[in-house]
Amino acid sequence: MNFDFSDDQKFLKDQANKFLTEQCPTAVPRGVLEGEGAFDAKLWDGIKEQGWLGVTIPEEFGGLGLGHLELCVIAEEMGRALAPVPFSSTVYLAAEALLLAGSDEQKQTYLPKIASGELIGTFALAEGAKVPTPQSLETKLAGGKLSGTKIPVPDGDVADFAVVAAVTDSAGEASSVALSIVDLTDKGVSREAVKTIDPSRSHAAVTFDGAEADALGAVDAGWSLTRAVFDRAAVLFAFEQVGGADRCLEMAKEYATGRYAFGRQIGSFQAIKHKLADMYIKNQLARSNAYYGAWALSTDAPELPIAAAGARISATEAFDYASKETIQTHGGIGFTWEMDCHLFLRRAKLLSLCVGGARGWKDRLIAALERRNVA
Amino acid sequence: MDFNDTPEEAAFRAEARTWLEQNAKPFEGGGDENTPTFNEAEQLKRGKAWQKKKAEAGYAAITWPKEFGGMGGTPIQSVIYNQEEAKYDVPRGFFTIGLGMCIPTMMSYATKQQLERYVAPALQGEEIWCQLFSEPSAGSDVAGLKTRCVQEGDEWVVNGQKVWTSGAHYSDYGILVARSDPKAPKHKGLTFFFLDMKSQGVEVRPIKQISGASNFNEVYFTDVRIPDSQRLGEIGEGWKVALTTLMHERLAIGGGSGGVDIREIMELAQGLDLEDGPAIANAAVREKIADWYVRSKGLQYTRYRTLTALSKGETPGPESSIGKVVGAPKLQEISSFGMEMEDMGGILVDKADAPLEAAMQESFLWAPGIRIAGGTDEILRNIIAERVLGLPGDIRVDKDVPYDELPSGS
Repeated sequence: MNFDFSDDQKFLKDQANKFLTEQCPTAVPRGVLEGEGAFDAKLWDGIKEQGWLGVTIPEEFGGLGLGHLELCVIAEEMGRALAPVPFSSTVYLAAEALLLAGSDEQKQTYLPKIASGELIGTFALAEGAKVPTPQSLETKLAGGKLSGTKIPVPDGDVADFAVVAAVTDSAGEASSVALSIVDLTDKGVSREAVKTIDPSRSHAAVTFDGAEADALGAVDAGWSLTRAVFDRAAVLFAFEQVGGADRCLEMAKEYATGRYAFGRQIGSFQAIKHKLADMYIKNQLARSNAYYGAWALSTDAPELPIAAAGARISATEAFDYASKETIQTHGGIGFTWEMDCHLFLRRAKLLSLCVGGARGWKDRLIAALERRNVA
Repeated sequence: MDFNDTPEEAAFRAEARTWLEQNAKPFEGGGDENTPTFNEAEQLKRGKAWQKKKAEAGYAAITWPKEFGGMGGTPIQSVIYNQEEAKYDVPRGFFTIGLGMCIPTMMSYATKQQLERYVAPALQGEEIWCQLFSEPSAGSDVAGLKTRCVQEGDEWVVNGQKVWTSGAHYSDYGILVARSDPKAPKHKGLTFFFLDMKSQGVEVRPIKQISGASNFNEVYFTDVRIPDSQRLGEIGEGWKVALTTLMHERLAIGGGSGGVDIREIMELAQGLDLEDGPAIANAAVREKIADWYVRSKGLQYTRYRTLTALSKGETPGPESSIGKVVGAPKLQEISSFGMEMEDMGGILVDKADAPLEAAMQESFLWAPGIRIAGGTDEILRNIIAERVLGLPGDIRVDKDVPYDELPSGS
């Protein structure tokens, strides 16, 4: 049994932790939250120098050619630090889509520039407050041109290109969704930043009006590719969630030890102890499920859809609980703008919805279990 | 990251497999015969015979030093053997408390002569041991126990009552903690012994649980005389000895809670119809099963992390402490919801009337006990908060007060 990261991977995690502790104290996401730009450019430059953007990109395409386990440990630290940069859009979504479905030419065009940090990419699926399905999508692809509006698109205001899911002519069937790569500086694209629950990560409404679309993958494979990309991203986001949830527990623990009420440390009350014990329990379950997701992702195991769903459901529950209960532990001060608690509450909610909410993942998990017919 | 054995582990597993193939029979039809409906006397006989076989082959106490008849092996070898043994139809459970808790306590405190006398028969399955700690008025707060021991010459006279004693009715020996000094604060007035369960004045009565079954006993002590030579540790230092036992308890317990889990609730949901069609197609049912699935798998993968540490020869991290506090409430929720899916028929408890041979109903009446046994949900959360997270201890009102001045509610 070797269900753990290697010493090299743990070393990388420590390095990432040191780098982000120095370069990304909470003042950094707070700066973006308070309107100092769409992302933190200095931190982004530092991340480029670390080479993290090319961790999973093969060396022939200018990356480091490491594996997904290395990306998982970085993701955990990014989540812990609430890093306000377009990392997940570019690496977990756009690069994964290209690695999965890109032609050799597309890989040559985009991957080296992702690895070097010259290009920011994203994935555009959502179309407002509804569940995106092949039946509900309205953005259309016809004659190599896209039309329609995607909202919210993560980093859509700053990305250079997007992978866009759109329906083709025969709308209403799963096979009718196609993925395309779109240059977001194309004259047929207009975009505008939108306000979200977590302004430390920028989002946009992106409108396509006859924008040039470069087909990514087979034209009838768009929906299954979208699900495959999201399965992969879900594992990586789960690590961000685990990192954030652990940080919330640490904040709650520190406060409960230093805060006195009724003549004693509030952490000596069982009501607080049990709350923090529950955080610990959820965080450990989430970490273990995320590890299994990491194993499935790194080995391209057939169990990936189940492992990804398990990781996502568990991590969403952990970060949701930890982020709200750390506020509760802090009491009134936790509800103020100056305290960092709300940065985590916001990020937890953003991450819980970014590749679809837990409800949908639970449904897909059970569907996968039914297919496997073994629980 | 993988789930494979190291070459040494694989070699050990192969040896264990070969030995089991030659000495045990696999399950037939998947039924576990360790159910209370089986004849216990017959089962005990089989258990003792199996234990003897294991002991002769060295598998009865893999991690014990060779001087005590063990294999001198590693914790991961013990885990590997248990994984392999679980595939076979062999009687288990009679020796867990004796070999997991009582004898290890003896090893720390008994004399050389006593160890020569008691360790081998326990290991060979000839003598069974039980643990006499809990009392009607001392459960979570076990140091608050009342059972009195009074020294008379080179003997002690014990009066009182113990409760929840697994296996007391077939045990030969027991370890006991009793109060020697009621004037001392409660942790400081305890003394620890081992005793012959056939001693005059020991009376064992089965406890009838909420299910009607009896898996535990209460044990009454009336002027039971124990030689002072069977005292373990100093007079008044029984709590220290008890902590040794409890430390071993945490290592010995911590596996599954038994009862229904994902496989059973999936099977039930796939076989039942609700108002709107198959239960498994119902959104509320799917959501609940998914929640239990990630908890169940989260525990399994947490155990994998613990095994990884053992495999590397490291001490497992504190994450292994979450097992029961997650597993027991999950068991309660699953069994209760399973019955709810069966709707008005969910109250039926005969194996012939209820789906899955009434497994949901059986677990429903078992789960409340699992949430209490071996540390209640609440005590386990205190332990996680204080020992894992390092939060301050509770403010104690009983710490420096003589035991006999403590409010007891009676």
